[in-house]
Amino acid sequence: MKNLARKAIFFLVTAWAAVTLNFFVPRLMPGDPVQSLLTRYQGQMSTDAIHSLYVLFGLDEQSSLWQQYLDYWGQLFRGDLGISFYQFPTPVTSIIAQTLPWTIGLVGVATVISFLLGTSIGAYLGWRRGTWADLLIPLTTFFSSVPYFWIGLIVITLFGVIWQVLPFYGSYDPGLIPYPDWMFISSVIEHGILPALTIVLSSMAGWILSMRNMMVTVSSEDYVTVAHAKGLPERQVMTGYAARNAVLPQISGFALSLGFVVGGTLVMEQVFSYQGIGFMLFKAVGAKDYPLMQGIFLIITLSVLVANILADIVYTILDPRTRKES
Amino acid sequence: MSDPTSTSSPQAAPTTVAAAPATNGTFSDDLAPAPAMGRRRFLFLRNAKSILGLSIIGFFVVLAIVGPWIAPHDPNAVNPSASLESPSWSHWLGTSQTGQDIFSQLLVGTRGVMVVGFSAGIIATALAVVIGVSAGFIGGAGDEVLSMLSNIFLVIPSLPLIIIITAQIEGNSHLTIILVIALTGWAWGARVLRSQTLSLRRRDFVEAARANGERRWRIIGFEILPNLTAIIASTFINTVTAAVLAEITLAYIGVASLSDWNWGTILYWAQSSGAFQQGAWWWYVPAGLCVALLGMSLALINFGIDEFVNPRLRSTGLNARTLRQRHIRPRVGFTPVVHEVGASGDRTKARKEADHA
Repeated sequence: MKNLARKAIFFLVTAWAAVTLNFFVPRLMPGDPVQSLLTRYQGQMSTDAIHSLYVLFGLDEQSSLWQQYLDYWGQLFRGDLGISFYQFPTPVTSIIAQTLPWTIGLVGVATVISFLLGTSIGAYLGWRRGTWADLLIPLTTFFSSVPYFWIGLIVITLFGVIWQVLPFYGSYDPGLIPYPDWMFISSVIEHGILPALTIVLSSMAGWILSMRNMMVTVSSEDYVTVAHAKGLPERQVMTGYAARNAVLPQISGFALSLGFVVGGTLVMEQVFSYQGIGFMLFKAVGAKDYPLMQGIFLIITLSVLVANILADIVYTILDPRTRKES
Repeated sequence: MSDPTSTSSPQAAPTTVAAAPATNGTFSDDLAPAPAMGRRRFLFLRNAKSILGLSIIGFFVVLAIVGPWIAPHDPNAVNPSASLESPSWSHWLGTSQTGQDIFSQLLVGTRGVMVVGFSAGIIATALAVVIGVSAGFIGGAGDEVLSMLSNIFLVIPSLPLIIIITAQIEGNSHLTIILVIALTGWAWGARVLRSQTLSLRRRDFVEAARANGERRWRIIGFEILPNLTAIIASTFINTVTAAVLAEITLAYIGVASLSDWNWGTILYWAQSSGAFQQGAWWWYVPAGLCVALLGMSLALINFGIDEFVNPRLRSTGLNARTLRQRHIRPRVGFTPVVHEVGASGDRTKARKEADHA
């Protein structure tokens, strides 16, 4: 129970820190770019919208910093993240609502595939250490050292331009109307293959390497030797004794490296012009659309936090030691 | 001043840094007397992986220094008549759409990559050491606050944060990019260093120093820090890797200043001119391979450090070789065991064997 309360406090504090960071970043920067954009759109915006942008970016010089902070929280609770300049006058929240599901779908599926695949391969490599399996390690190191977007470029060159087997632009066929029928869904899947492949290729290497190292460490534990001495089949020792214990640090690592994976995939979306939140962030940067950038950062951070909570729950289910305390 | 661990606590747990030098000598010189102190200390440098990694890094460092002088062309020189030429003798890596020489851009860009990567790595590592070691050493409420801080920074995705910060600063210099990357990249190292400091804090040699009435900064500086060297080194390597990737990504998405060349800038122009639709592989493949090579060399150094720190990983490789020579197929349950003869302090003879369970 104590453990659970600690976790809850941690997640609350992190959420608070993310929001506070989002509050301070534009205030520490010179405010002129936002001011100039505001004056450009002066005539076209309602006074309410202008006020909300003033609150978001700290242009409201009259009120104290504390008052600004309270206003900012109030605005967040009302779900108001300001108005996008780039797609004027759409509210930032509705742009995020359109793009976030694409990213969560793509990144979520690809990350889970990559985690499962990488952990299984890593377990096998760790078990078969010292054989031909070790030859795969330089290859995985290569994939873990290159940026996601570069792998994306190579994947596009091979599958999209040279062999021309799969589409590499957008998230569905532009001729289709987004409607949940088979044609649309198959088009979405087809467009998702190359981006997903990129994420799997680039993030899998990290899981392979850490799982392999954990397997090597765990394999020399006494309980593995005992399991083997009992005459259990090799397969059972590997999965039921060694891998089972080696996977625990993998899962806590999964939670912590999620932020990194998400960062990489955001840029990857730009390579494929995939209409997710990362591509939108990229467009916002290009158009100097500060409200959209701030809003996207906040939502990404909160999503990663939610994913962390999920990973934590899975960890508690898998590791009996964490449950014992309660 | 001699290394306190190897003289006062040779029997420490095998997976910690402190114990690593103690078991080291037994593997490097088969059945031979343990090597002298000095040699053992530089064992890391005899690891083939770290040597290869360090040589590649050295190569890039040299390129970073002399790159702009040996570049055959001006990287900015536009030559419309030589647009998108494939590699040739005059342009080793071909030309861009505007006829700029890619090879020269790559050479000139090395400096930016190395300067930003290493400076950000140094700053982030310093932050990680200060925060991690003090969290682990002082304990209590201070530890709670500092670990909470580093956990928060771990969970918050750093790349979007770096992007929104740098996007709001007009006219990014190298310095701002270095600072932003360093300020968002210290958390992982601090976490690892904290847990290691926690395990060192109550060791006998630290207690002894405390009982002697040593001052706190002296205990940290002369008893704790020397035993964290390997972890600090690996933290540094990790932060440099992350900094290089972050920097190249920033240049690629066009947030960093485009007037300075680095490998990401090349990729930015390649992407925005549609190089891959035109089949101009020479434009974007070499820059990516350079990033990969640099990243791999850093990873190799880290493998070397890992094997140095975790004796189990190291003995695996050595055992595998011995077993292969004896035509034994490595299988489940063989446990590499180091028998230390003459256990306490006197490690003159050592024997290694592979037990078959």
